[in-house]
Amino acid sequence: MENRPLEYDYTIAKMFMFTTIVLGIVGMLIGVILAFQLAFPGVNLFLGEGLAEYTNFSRLRPLHTDAVIFGFTLSGVFATWYYVGQRVLKVSMAESKLLMTLGKVHFWLYLVVVAAVVVSLFAGVTTSKEYAEFEWPIDIGVVVVWVIWGMGVFGLIGIRREKSLYISIWYYIATFLGIAMLYLFNNMEIPTILGTSAAGESGICAWYHSVSMYSGTNDALVQWWYGHNAVAFGFTVPIVAMIYYFLPKESGQAIYSYKLSLLSFWGLMFVYLWAGGHHLLYSTVPDWMQTMGSIFSVILILPSWGSAINMLLTMKGEWQQVAASPLIKFMILGSTFYMFSTLEGPIQAIKSVNAIAHFTDWIVGHVHDGVLGWVGFMIMAALYHMAPRVFKREIYSKSLMAAQFWIQTLGVVLYFTSMWIAGITQGMMWRAHDEFGNLAYSFIDTVTVLHPYYTIRGVGGLLYLVGFLMFAYNIYKTMSARPVEERELQNASPMGA
Amino acid sequence: MDIAQIQAYGYFALTVFLVLALYGYIYHLYTKKKDVDGIDYESYSDMALKDDLDDAPVSPKSDDKLTP
Ligand code: HEM
Repeated sequence: MENRPLEYDYTIAKMFMFTTIVLGIVGMLIGVILAFQLAFPGVNLFLGEGLAEYTNFSRLRPLHTDAVIFGFTLSGVFATWYYVGQRVLKVSMAESKLLMTLGKVHFWLYLVVVAAVVVSLFAGVTTSKEYAEFEWPIDIGVVVVWVIWGMGVFGLIGIRREKSLYISIWYYIATFLGIAMLYLFNNMEIPTILGTSAAGESGICAWYHSVSMYSGTNDALVQWWYGHNAVAFGFTVPIVAMIYYFLPKESGQAIYSYKLSLLSFWGLMFVYLWAGGHHLLYSTVPDWMQTMGSIFSVILILPSWGSAINMLLTMKGEWQQVAASPLIKFMILGSTFYMFSTLEGPIQAIKSVNAIAHFTDWIVGHVHDGVLGWVGFMIMAALYHMAPRVFKREIYSKSLMAAQFWIQTLGVVLYFTSMWIAGITQGMMWRAHDEFGNLAYSFIDTVTVLHPYYTIRGVGGLLYLVGFLMFAYNIYKTMSARPVEERELQNASPMGA
Repeated sequence: MDIAQIQAYGYFALTVFLVLALYGYIYHLYTKKKDVDGIDYESYSDMALKDDLDDAPVSPKSDDKLTP
């Protein structure tokens, strides 16, 4: 044992791979249920009248969003951090007892918080702020988990052998700092037990309830500054961190232009924070803020495409790899969807377009071409790349992976095309009026027209879920597949038939 | 000239300025292959490609750690 060479230690990475998969299944299953509830309202009662409270759309929706964002995506971010971080800093977690312990505490506390979130949201305990539904005791838990992760990140950076920080590390640091700032400010709240009403009563409501420190327009502003940047620092920045590592590594190609990656990084950091105003167009926030939100959203195309084009060009001269490897297909389609949704978003942020798009299904379509096509694909690709290396076995089945790729791609396409048509139809119908200004349609008219598209979306989502289950199965079987030699792991991941 | 006209000229000038600044920066990045410290940025890609524990770091933090 004495002379055993030092190795990277993937214990924590494996733990988070597990939660990525489990919470992915849970979150997406709930998503599919929601989709069918919108198409067929009877599904709200799928466990009977008695349990309707727990199965209706409004109770399940925040469970879907929080499970996929803070469960699936965040676990993926943590799993890849505990893998990529060690490798590009060239230092093993095994070298520091402290960092290993922090990592384990990080994981187990995270699980406790996840459990608390699931129970409380099912019970209907919520602050009613989108993506910030957790009540104050859970918020405190979230902050603790986050700080522990941060200590791990900076601790590992502190003992590194590589002097410069690889571009992915910059993105992980930005994720840490960005979310820390956003989460704290948006969740400023006062437990109701501390308050006294105008009539002099105190100890109002249950102990875990709270009221936000902001109200009205201010609340809206802080909320969407948070909400949009949660997209930025949860769905974009860490996913870019992943692709900057995994695509070059899997393809064996150096990043097309390292300098462009730096330029895009700073561009993204400066511009993203100002774009949140686009969620509040035509609302009560000051007009100049709305205009600023629109303008910064359009400028965002530049840094976003900077990263995405850099990724596509990394494959220059090596496009046969895209045809040959389903793993690279996932990443290339991922960056294509990234380009696509970062063009779509700015278009929706233009005021005149937003007048049609706001509150419609087009927004939901936009969200999901980003999260399904970009976030989901990239996280699955990262786990596929990691699996042979952390388990020292080849990926169980290449053909299963290829089949999964096509099934999910079809699912995504069905999802966003149906939502585009539904959204624009909806937007046009809401606005249509006759020569006297009377509305041409009532709400129920739109519902009737949209029904087929909702069904198509449900089917698309189901296909995506099926693909995700194939992914889970493939990773599960990988744990008992053919063992591989060290040298087989240089670039392209080894895969069984 | 009314305010709207001034705004329009200002907007146009700002756009031109930002475009020039951006392309100027990109031009700078590509013509000066190395930065002031003489480091070729593109070599940093190797931090991902050569990331085994016994690969040599692109720029080692200190020499003593290299020999475990
Ligand atoms: C099987 C795949 C999925 C299906 C079928 C699905 C379905 C849905 C449905 C039906 C809604 C509610 C839309 C509405 O209120 O009209 C929704 C909202 C949302 N979903 Fe998903 N979803 C899936 C996967 C994901 C994933 C993987 C993510 C993120 C990683 C995600 C993020 C979101 C977000 C952020 C919203 C809120 C959108 C908004 O408020 O505009 N979904 N999803």
